[in-house]
Amino acid sequence: MSTLTDLRHDAHGEPPPRRHARRPRRSVGAAITGALGELLITAGVLLALFVVWQLWWTDVEGERSAEQAIEQFETDIPEVPDTVGQPRTGPPPEEVAPGEGEVFGTLYVPDWGADYRMPLAEGVDLATVLNDGRVGHYPETAMPGQVGNFAMAGHRQTYGKPFYAVDTLDEGDPVVVQTAQAWYVYTVTSHEIVRPDQVEVIAPVPGDPGADPTEAMLTMTSCHPLWSTAERYIVHAQLDYWLPLDEGYPAELEGAP
Amino acid sequence: MYGWIWRHLPGPVLVRLLLALLLVLAVVAALFLWVFPAIAPYVPFNDQTVGAPS
Repeated sequence: MSTLTDLRHDAHGEPPPRRHARRPRRSVGAAITGALGELLITAGVLLALFVVWQLWWTDVEGERSAEQAIEQFETDIPEVPDTVGQPRTGPPPEEVAPGEGEVFGTLYVPDWGADYRMPLAEGVDLATVLNDGRVGHYPETAMPGQVGNFAMAGHRQTYGKPFYAVDTLDEGDPVVVQTAQAWYVYTVTSHEIVRPDQVEVIAPVPGDPGADPTEAMLTMTSCHPLWSTAERYIVHAQLDYWLPLDEGYPAELEGAP
Repeated sequence: MYGWIWRHLPGPVLVRLLLALLLVLAVVAALFLWVFPAIAPYVPFNDQTVGAPS
């Protein structure tokens, strides 16, 4: 890096006496080496900044975007009375698939904390859904509560990390989906770790792509191991009961906001 | 490069320091808001779905 003294340097005549000796004019080689050094330092700083952005800032933005989406969604749906509703096991209301990227529900997982909730949006597009603090619904799979497999994807880390704790879900843990019409309470039945190409996990009958479904299932997919995308962590759950929004909230969410 | 910028910033050292800080902040903001989101899809850290090519 050249300094002010370089510019004023006078090649002729005796340098005036100074506390610090003046540096001689840099050779071409030194100038190239200096510029290269600056470029390398810049590259290193840029890479470090990218890591900071990926690991920290995407969470900040994802969580903010998720909170806004949920607040917007809650103004669009009927008021939920402050009481625990009676579970229903009959045929659930029909859920119509929303437009691509549209928020159509909220996911609650009581095991991940009373304040855990994430917006559910249609599609698994990275830019508009998964990287925007949403859990994405695989468009070709069933809607919540319906017979078939309601399958969704979410980030395990970064972008609000909705499925950070996906590996803590055990058999019997509740997973609650709220739509504009009803609550659907699922119970975790199993989990598995698969290769990224094993799409049979989101088949209508999980693991059996050809079969006709008779049960309402739910499947969560996220990456595994943490900080890697080598495999996928899969959680399957089965519908326990449902409950219309205007009759209260499910007992599983007692204590949640 | 940085020496050139420093020499071309006007004012006394304190003003230059402030201007340099502003420049750094502007660059970081541009990176965080536009550049990194644009290149993130090409970095293979972020594939959560099954079926999609990773």
